[in-house]
Amino acid sequence: MRILYGLYQPDEGEILLNGKRVHISSPRAALTYHIGMVHQHFRLVPTLSVAENMVLGLDEGTGPFLNYRQTYKKISQIAERYGLVVDPQAKVWQLTVGQQQRVEILKALYRQADILIMDEPTSVLTPQEVDQLFSTLRTLVDDGLTIIFITHKLDEVMEISDRVTVLRKGKAIATVNTADTNKAELAKLMVGREVVFRLEKSPVKRGEKILAVDDLQALNDRGLPALRGVSFKVYEGEILGVAGVSGNGQRELAEVLTGLRHATGGHVTLEGKDVTNRSAREITDAGVAHVPTERKTMGTVPSMTIRENLILKSYRQPPFSRGMFLDNQAAEENARAAMKEYDILAPNIDTAVKVLSGGNIQRVVLARELSGDPRLIIAAHPTYGLDVGATEQVRQILLAQRDRGAGILLISEDLEEIMTMSDRILVLFQGQVMGIIDADGAQIGKIGLMMAGTKEEEK
Amino acid sequence: MTAPNWLKIERRPVASGRTVFIVSVSAILAALLVAAIFFAAYGVSPIYAYYLILRGALGSSHGFSETIRRMIPLLLCGVGLTVAFRALFWNIGAEGQILMGAIAASGVALFAGLPGPLLLIAMFIAGFLAGASWGLIPAALKAKLGLNDVITTLMLNYVAMYLVLWLVHGPWKGASMRGYAYTDMFPNAAQLPTIGSTSIHWPTLMLGFIAAVVMYILVNRTRSGFEIRVVGENPEASRFAGISQFKTTMLVMFISGGLAGFAGVGEVAGIYHRLLDPSQISMGYGFTAIIVAWLARKNPLAVIVTSFFFGILMAGGDVIKIQLRLPFQLINVFNGLIMFFLIGSELLMRYKISIRRR
Amino acid sequence: MGWETWIIATLSRTLAYGTPLLIATLGEIFAERAGVLNLGVEGMMIMGAYSGFVIAYTTGHPWLGLLVAGVVGAVFSIIHAFVSVTLKANQVVSGLALTMLGLGLAGVLGRGWEGLPLFTPIRKITVPVLSNIPVLGPILFKGQNLVVYLTMLLVPVLWYVLFRTRVGISIRAVGESPATADSLGINVTRVRYLCVIFGGFLAGAAGGYLSVAYRPSWTQGMTGGMGWIVIALTIFAFWNPIYGLLGSYLFAALYHLSFRLQAWVSPELLKAMPYLFAILVLIFVAQGTLKKKMGAPAALSVPYTRGEE
Repeated sequence: MRILYGLYQPDEGEILLNGKRVHISSPRAALTYHIGMVHQHFRLVPTLSVAENMVLGLDEGTGPFLNYRQTYKKISQIAERYGLVVDPQAKVWQLTVGQQQRVEILKALYRQADILIMDEPTSVLTPQEVDQLFSTLRTLVDDGLTIIFITHKLDEVMEISDRVTVLRKGKAIATVNTADTNKAELAKLMVGREVVFRLEKSPVKRGEKILAVDDLQALNDRGLPALRGVSFKVYEGEILGVAGVSGNGQRELAEVLTGLRHATGGHVTLEGKDVTNRSAREITDAGVAHVPTERKTMGTVPSMTIRENLILKSYRQPPFSRGMFLDNQAAEENARAAMKEYDILAPNIDTAVKVLSGGNIQRVVLARELSGDPRLIIAAHPTYGLDVGATEQVRQILLAQRDRGAGILLISEDLEEIMTMSDRILVLFQGQVMGIIDADGAQIGKIGLMMAGTKEEEK
Repeated sequence: MTAPNWLKIERRPVASGRTVFIVSVSAILAALLVAAIFFAAYGVSPIYAYYLILRGALGSSHGFSETIRRMIPLLLCGVGLTVAFRALFWNIGAEGQILMGAIAASGVALFAGLPGPLLLIAMFIAGFLAGASWGLIPAALKAKLGLNDVITTLMLNYVAMYLVLWLVHGPWKGASMRGYAYTDMFPNAAQLPTIGSTSIHWPTLMLGFIAAVVMYILVNRTRSGFEIRVVGENPEASRFAGISQFKTTMLVMFISGGLAGFAGVGEVAGIYHRLLDPSQISMGYGFTAIIVAWLARKNPLAVIVTSFFFGILMAGGDVIKIQLRLPFQLINVFNGLIMFFLIGSELLMRYKISIRRR
Repeated sequence: MGWETWIIATLSRTLAYGTPLLIATLGEIFAERAGVLNLGVEGMMIMGAYSGFVIAYTTGHPWLGLLVAGVVGAVFSIIHAFVSVTLKANQVVSGLALTMLGLGLAGVLGRGWEGLPLFTPIRKITVPVLSNIPVLGPILFKGQNLVVYLTMLLVPVLWYVLFRTRVGISIRAVGESPATADSLGINVTRVRYLCVIFGGFLAGAAGGYLSVAYRPSWTQGMTGGMGWIVIALTIFAFWNPIYGLLGSYLFAALYHLSFRLQAWVSPELLKAMPYLFAILVLIFVAQGTLKKKMGAPAALSVPYTRGEE
């Protein structure tokens, strides 16, 4: 979609618009082709008014001066025509998210878009706002516009679309008329029907309950609910995989469980002790390891050395600190041992982490997180961006931890990874648990359905 | 920026120590070169001018003592600034913190009535605390309210300046100094000993060296130093590691402000023996210390070298003024040029530019 | 001196002294609105003062001096723009370096020009009929000069540009959210350059005004830290030209009152007010919604690189 809007350039292939080959080099160019886009993260300047955002960057040919009254009128006209009620004079920061989205749509319409691309528009809306959006879209379509609606929620697909194209791993798998298909079929297309290669895995030896999450609620960065009452348990010696399309609460879940985000409701119990809303430090000390998604911005300090990164969390305790001083000797020994054990390839322990390859950075993170024999490991997208060899190794390490008796919460968008690694699978959709099933014998189609919004009975 | 075809620009992940050194030295040389143009424009041979500066600053005992004298506040402030900069706190307020230290020291000297060595110790402690408090204000404002550190520290400079002016023209105006804006002379016990007949107040100098060493150890060998470095290099990761950014910010400014306070104590107790016009006390030391710290690449020990270098420059400025009849402000020009070439050179350190061989 | 005369004289001088403050503040408002912090104002002002004086003295044309002063300021600010916007280096250090450079250069070049009287300064005017209006007349229309009036006119014009034209919308967008502006096709670099240069021009012109109109002469360091007050003023004005006008005259009044009220209030206290006010304003707008309504441009002093979202 970003290619269609001129934000990225294609490497191959071509775009045909109304039968003519076109080359879209920038958002401005896309506008000349009457292609508009409503992004997931709105392109609005909060301190400017609706009208000012409307004309931002637009060359209307009327010179530098802005006739506010005329602009207000024009906006109101378009708004009325499509039922998009919004106050042109309001400042954007004063609007609700739903209203801001309406402004984004209006922006495209103001620029006479024929084709409107909407990127996951309902992820930020309340159900009522979704209904309003859909009725707006129907009005637009009746007026002759073409809408490309990107979503992973099959309910929406079935409700609003005329045709559906399923994309998987960058390829268009199929295009069907909505009327001719159903959710189950679409779900299968979404996740594929390949035989999933199972890793050599010893049968699960479940032990005591380590983590109990009860009705957990939390908000995301925008203040909207990200977790809406999530409940599950993790036991010693098992891997609970969390599947789901990105943006359904996975990030917030990992952050709440590791003390980096405030929970607005519910409880988190670790080995019987209530750790809800405890600080990151306390949770780490309680034996929880966190392998975060962002290796370079959160998991490590890239400009510091391997040796220093390895003690990023443990530097406060002996043997790494004696009193207020750091014991460099101990850190050095620790680093050497870690490099050997985890096969970290680097010139020496004083190499800065930022020159390492992705795989090696992840090995550093793992070496650090797993060094204290943690009881619970929260691994978020641990093999993201890694090559095949590194991916293998990371998975082996996690499996070894599982065999050691740790409980692992594996969050990943890679369904294949979830299916091969997990003992049980939990599917997260819009901040709610759609179902928890055994990995053994799990049907990928069913998981796909859950990922796209259909609830399943708990097992 | 798109580069021409024959030029290859690639991001350099980590600049080696050697690269940093070469680039820093080149920046200074470049500044020297440009400044040489000015000398030439005034009809003075640049080489002769530089020779005079060096000889004046280092060649005689008087010159050398002047150099060291300037070095003292630069050393103290510079060390403090390296600590602040490490945590990415832009302390532009060293001028004000120097003045607050001077005020506190003067207050103790004139009114505390303590005996002998106790008086000096009290003055130093008071000066440190005053400078530290002055630094904690913007630290708290940034840590709690997210206020811009550059602006708050900058503004407080002038508040401190007017505070000094007020005291010196008003409540603390010296009875014995008719009409002049000075306080009374400090009692003998409040005057710092100097080396021989020079104006080098060596206790403050010692403090400076000690501070450089202590801060180096602090930043590189202690837990707090580790936390400071993580906060400065990657605030996200510091949250992840459970480090309190609030405490770290307050700590670095406590140190930075306090050390600048020491410098202020040194100036009034070691050189002037009274509180006087602020521009004479701080003399731009606070701003110059920024370059000193920057050039030292945030390494407290390296500040010893860079503060010495700038001490030479400042003493040299006097030489130029007297012997060559050139205006003193040339030093400001030089400082400005160095700063420019330094930040320009940062680019060279971030990117490796080489000729693409076909 | 009777009370009335006293007030009139003070206010009249306030207008005169507030004008250079206002000119430079207007410029800095634009630069900061585009997201660039320019701490080099003091250096640009004094270079403007110097060059303005020299031109006025040698050519006998004070207005030409004013123009050249502005150009000099603009040239300086191009350096700042290049370092801050293109090289994306630290804006703080760049600004401070410029100030030092400016102060130093002005000191070096200005030697020998001190104390020379300017026989052709910008003339004081007395507007014929209007100056007879009671109270307001003598303040506004007697003994001021054309620059004062032009500046006052400039305020609503600049306000209009910033808040009512497309250019102004673009500027404000660039300062708040350069990524958004960029994605809508606005050339962030160009906008920032232009605003910084505009700010530099006004800063230089403000300095030129000092040496060509306010106190027609050249003295070392004649800007006396005015550049720093301008930085404070920009904040105090909530980055709005109208408040900039009020703030400039307020600070100028404080400055004058500090002399006149010496017997009752310590002058230093009054002179420190601008800086304290600026901090108080910053604290005031740090609270939540106020920050959005009246706070600093969100992207102030942050260099922008495309693709960093």
